[in-house]
Amino acid sequence: MIVRLVKRIAVLLVSLVVSSVLVFAFMAVLPGDPARVALGTSASETAVAQLREQFGLDRPFVAQYLSWVHGLVTFDPGTSYISHTEIGPQLADRLQVTLWLVGAGMVLACILAVPMGILMAVRHRRPSGLILSALSQAGVAVPAFLAGILLITVFAVGLGWLPANGWTPPAQDPVLFLKQLVLPVLSLGMVQGAVLTRYIRSAVLDVLREDYLRTARAKGLRPMRALVRHGLRNAAVPVVTVLALQLATLLVGAVVIERVFVIPGLGSLLLDSVSNRDLIVVQDVVMIIAMAVLLVNFLVDTIYLMIDPRLRGGSS
Amino acid sequence: MTPAPDTAPATASASGQGSPDRPDDVLTVRNLGVTVGGRKLVEDVDFTIRAGERVGLIGESGSGKSLTALSVMGLLPDGLRATGSVRLAGVGHDLVDADEARMSRVRGKEIAMVFQEPMTALNPTMKVGRQIAEVLLVHRTRPDRASARAAAVDLLAQVGLPDPAAAVDAYPHQFSGGQRQRVVLAIALANDPALLVCDEPTTALDVTVQARVLDLIVRGVQDRRSAMLFITHDLAVVATACERVMVMYGGRVVESGPVQEVFTRPRHRYTRGLIGASDLTAVDDRGRLATIPGSVPPAGRFPAGCVFRNRCAHATEACATRPDWVPTGPDSGYACFHPVAESGVRGTAVPTNQEAGRG
Repeated sequence: MIVRLVKRIAVLLVSLVVSSVLVFAFMAVLPGDPARVALGTSASETAVAQLREQFGLDRPFVAQYLSWVHGLVTFDPGTSYISHTEIGPQLADRLQVTLWLVGAGMVLACILAVPMGILMAVRHRRPSGLILSALSQAGVAVPAFLAGILLITVFAVGLGWLPANGWTPPAQDPVLFLKQLVLPVLSLGMVQGAVLTRYIRSAVLDVLREDYLRTARAKGLRPMRALVRHGLRNAAVPVVTVLALQLATLLVGAVVIERVFVIPGLGSLLLDSVSNRDLIVVQDVVMIIAMAVLLVNFLVDTIYLMIDPRLRGGSS
Repeated sequence: MTPAPDTAPATASASGQGSPDRPDDVLTVRNLGVTVGGRKLVEDVDFTIRAGERVGLIGESGSGKSLTALSVMGLLPDGLRATGSVRLAGVGHDLVDADEARMSRVRGKEIAMVFQEPMTALNPTMKVGRQIAEVLLVHRTRPDRASARAAAVDLLAQVGLPDPAAAVDAYPHQFSGGQRQRVVLAIALANDPALLVCDEPTTALDVTVQARVLDLIVRGVQDRRSAMLFITHDLAVVATACERVMVMYGGRVVESGPVQEVFTRPRHRYTRGLIGASDLTAVDDRGRLATIPGSVPPAGRFPAGCVFRNRCAHATEACATRPDWVPTGPDSGYACFHPVAESGVRGTAVPTNQEAGRG
């Protein structure tokens, strides 16, 4: 078990290095000199050269890469070429906002999907199961941004129950924070929940067909109890995989949702930086998203070990 | 109608609605059918198993023997429906169409089952000790977890698992197929069931461990005076484990009787073919082993009349109507218009379990 864990940590580190190289290389080959962009087309060659030297852009790529990684690892990514502000605190603020969105969205998705998926599987031959199935199918078909716009139209503009957009840090005004969080989280969570529901349904259906569930019933367990005691843990294995993939799509989905609800999250920062050609910030944000995805995958691998004793190996 | 092999045909179905016919009858199956959509997969199956009796149910794949067993357990797959009557001694209701609440009290306590595939029959994410203890706790035959765990260790010792005290804390994947089947057997025997249903319990095992597991099953039911319904397509296994045998084909019982009698003097043409196909010493003039011509039709596509007539060399026009059950003794009979003659039959030796010697 320890050996497996160490291996997985090694894999995580290697993939972090590889992805950082990829992100850096991709930004490096992009046409457009950051210094030129920062100063505008009218700036003189010497001014541009001076700025290049100031940013360290005249150094070899390897040196640039290393100092970038060093900045990330020490939580001091330096200053932006464009806004000349410290990137670190900005990233931390924005990350916090996005984590609230994604975290709450994921929790809502699970709260919706777990009972719905199980119910749909257990009743898959009955009308109630089919109705739920059709509902979730509709949910899958709706993109998050469309759901967001619809929710704004109905609950903010139409009924006026909730604010249409904006963001307030929870420490500043917890009530307003929650009010503003409801609609974006709903639009993220419902769509993800619909997708997750379908995966949970099929995972539970697979488990319902397993021999060990028949064994459980042959022991005298009623169907629902057999499913809860013997099925759910086994059904969790494929669902956890999907959950990890979904977290990645949620991060991307948050980019769009932050735009719709005017939320200053990582996604907004990314889009702003792209349009400002603030390449160093783009690079940092992309790397943070990549790290988040890799970290989630690492956690999922670790969760597998907890769920399925067969993966632990060598314990007999 | 195919009457009960072991009871007077005329009274068989009449008594089917009530309690078992005789005091020592454990399982009474009357007029059992299994249908899906409009198709009949099992039809008019009647039999009785007495206390401590070990009965084999043989036939090719698709003959309906597993469905018969699952009907008794009330565990038919979704969409399949059982009709008729299945009564168990000491249980006040019919097992066919009983609701889940009632059936769950019977399963694992009065009737237990050993399945064919030990590799998938156990929950891979639960320690085997807990899987055994569960069947004791569900039926409250042990008051608490600690005593159920102690009982699980004891049961694992009974089924001959090495180091049972450590085995309770192992997961199924840490055992071989044979060992897992022992665990499944321990679960099945835990509550001393009145009837043990075995669905090809040794088929998936290595030949070297088949005989040992078979021996454990037989000893387990003997020790508990449990009755056993043993499903297999292996005649040698039936000859080793059972006293009585029923031959199923096309969803019907076509012949039944004491093992010795049926295997040495089969009357039904299908039984004869099955025994011939199991004889690995007899070859035809081209040096080939005997087989039954043709193959088992898909479920519900058996011919009308005698279900075997499209594969039978002796079939005539008479076989287009359904043959009546011909009783040949208190526990035996067959349903065939052209039975193998009673005298002058080449006595086929009872197949013996060839693995027994190696075990």
